[in-house]
Amino acid sequence: MRHLLATLAGKAVKTVAKLRGGGSALPGLVAEKIDPNFLPRTLGNLPQGVVVISGTNGKTTTTKMVVELLQGQGLKVFTNRTGSNFTRGVVAAVLGETTIGGKLDADVAVLELDEAHAVHFVKLVAPRYCLLLNVMRDQLDRFGEIETTAGFLRQIAAATTETVVLNREDPRIAALADSVTADRVLYFGLAPQLRSMFPSDDDMRSGSTSDASARPAADVVLSACEGASATFTVGDRDIDAELKLTGVYNIYNAAAALALARTVVGADVDEDALLESLEAVTPAFGRGESLTVNGKPLDLVLVKNPAGFRLALRSFPPAGFSTMIAINDNYADGRDMSWLWDVDFDSLADAGVAEVSGVRANDMALRLFYEDVPVRHVDTDLSASLQRFIALEPDAPKRIYCTYTAMLALRRELGKLTEVEVVS
Amino acid sequence: MDAPVIDLLQLYPRDMNIYGDWGNVLVLRKRLQLRGYDVRLHEYNPGDTFPDQVDLIVGGGGQDSGQNKIQADLHQLGGRLRELADDGVPMLAICGLYQLFGNFFKTHTGEVIEGIGLLDVDTIGGPKRLIGNTVLESEEFGTVIGYENHSGQTFLKGGTQPLGTVTKGEGNNGQDSTEGARYRNVVASYLHGSLLPKNPAVADFLVRHAALRRHGSFDDAPLEIPFEEQAREDAAARPR
Repeated sequence: MRHLLATLAGKAVKTVAKLRGGGSALPGLVAEKIDPNFLPRTLGNLPQGVVVISGTNGKTTTTKMVVELLQGQGLKVFTNRTGSNFTRGVVAAVLGETTIGGKLDADVAVLELDEAHAVHFVKLVAPRYCLLLNVMRDQLDRFGEIETTAGFLRQIAAATTETVVLNREDPRIAALADSVTADRVLYFGLAPQLRSMFPSDDDMRSGSTSDASARPAADVVLSACEGASATFTVGDRDIDAELKLTGVYNIYNAAAALALARTVVGADVDEDALLESLEAVTPAFGRGESLTVNGKPLDLVLVKNPAGFRLALRSFPPAGFSTMIAINDNYADGRDMSWLWDVDFDSLADAGVAEVSGVRANDMALRLFYEDVPVRHVDTDLSASLQRFIALEPDAPKRIYCTYTAMLALRRELGKLTEVEVVS
Repeated sequence: MDAPVIDLLQLYPRDMNIYGDWGNVLVLRKRLQLRGYDVRLHEYNPGDTFPDQVDLIVGGGGQDSGQNKIQADLHQLGGRLRELADDGVPMLAICGLYQLFGNFFKTHTGEVIEGIGLLDVDTIGGPKRLIGNTVLESEEFGTVIGYENHSGQTFLKGGTQPLGTVTKGEGNNGQDSTEGARYRNVVASYLHGSLLPKNPAVADFLVRHAALRRHGSFDDAPLEIPFEEQAREDAAARPR
């Protein structure tokens, strides 16, 4: 009865919240208050259980990949698509898809969870599977230290009942194997020659990669990567894929998604369908989108920490592109600008940067000055900067590196300025 | 004539480099180059040979794990660093290295980690992290702007002077409004940001003393660095 009441109350609030516009977490709060067992009961009964995906970088796109891989295998997948990656957001998403009787019509739930909130979530619902991607300096001003974040992920690993999938190349993630009580630990990894492309947080300054000795065998290895073409090695088999994702970090996360999806599906996996689904995956909203503006491509590349920014710069050669950088320091971006000093910008030195914008445009411009990267305009007014950027070299393809809230603002401005076509 | 040389040493870049401390090295190097010096950059990691000629030393913060890795080495090096500091070598010690330059760090579990006593300051592990944009007023350097992120609370002892007085943020310990510490030509602080790009007065103080000590002269003409003043104003105006 309590469950029914919670479902109805939550659904009612969800409708009201929708009418008011927004408010994806509020209905979750209401259902959670009326029935604290709402989530355990709804999600606990799914035939294939709950999959939790966490880590500092790439959660959203990886979750999208896993969902699409599993759907391609014929599974009915529930996921928290609204981007509310904490418990109340999950409750809200569950409410949206439960019947009045409180039953969730799905085979498996694949949930992207913020590191800190995942700890709370796994106390309510023990995941059957988890995938832990990486620990990068990202939200240090919120969580204090990398070790704190690693501690959150350790609790997720420890709470998982069946299979834990870990990034072999991130020393803090690989070390979590110690805490696993589940039946199995699987790894995704990189071939040795690719490791220098992915410095872990400890390698940031030295540029070297961590000691290569004593790595466990990986279930899926990214063994080659060139543009959007990739080769994944699964057991003794090489799978060549032409992806719609760009950015080496996205492609490495595809190895993670493959490892996880294969273990969820088990022995019955349809390899052809798996490859087909993988090749069809497009990036999640705002995590590296290709738009068409005035007939020319414009890429939005989300950057939020030094490792991600470095990888993005390495993934996208600047020659032939007009480049803009937009840096905000709102709460969702992180207030600390120190990270800009841990990114090497020398790859932009030849082509230069056409526009630097965002709340902290001057910090970014100062950073580029100290790296001898020429900058044409610096303007904290994002709208003015974007207009100039588009008008300046109308025939050049364009790329904007932007923090999260800058990206949201740019999307809004682009919508006002011009016909925007989302390519992928 | 060859350009005059300055030997700039980065202490423990491998283990103590968090929160953009590399920015401080970049800024010192660039400002020295703009003033006509040839900069030799040395990296010193545990077990390395400490160079004979050092004119300027920079060190940063680390995770607890990073600090554990350098501790034994730093104790061996402590005597040398104290001598150099007493001899007027300018040094910049940020966050974790600031703490270890002091007498000790007593963690919240009661464990005592010995420092090298270059600065007469004591650090006690605090119950919460002090995090956010920070602004100081300093008699020597004017307004100093940065970002703090630390749980250790540092207390100045025996007349040790602070870097400045906090006007926004928590500072050394959240209690006495002091931030950082000064000794001879050593500047210690919790401020990241990185500190030097937005605080050219501090950068030039270090550069000036490095040049004077090595070469006996220094041309004090100010450098024109674009975006510097505006970046300072933007940072100072941001919420905590």
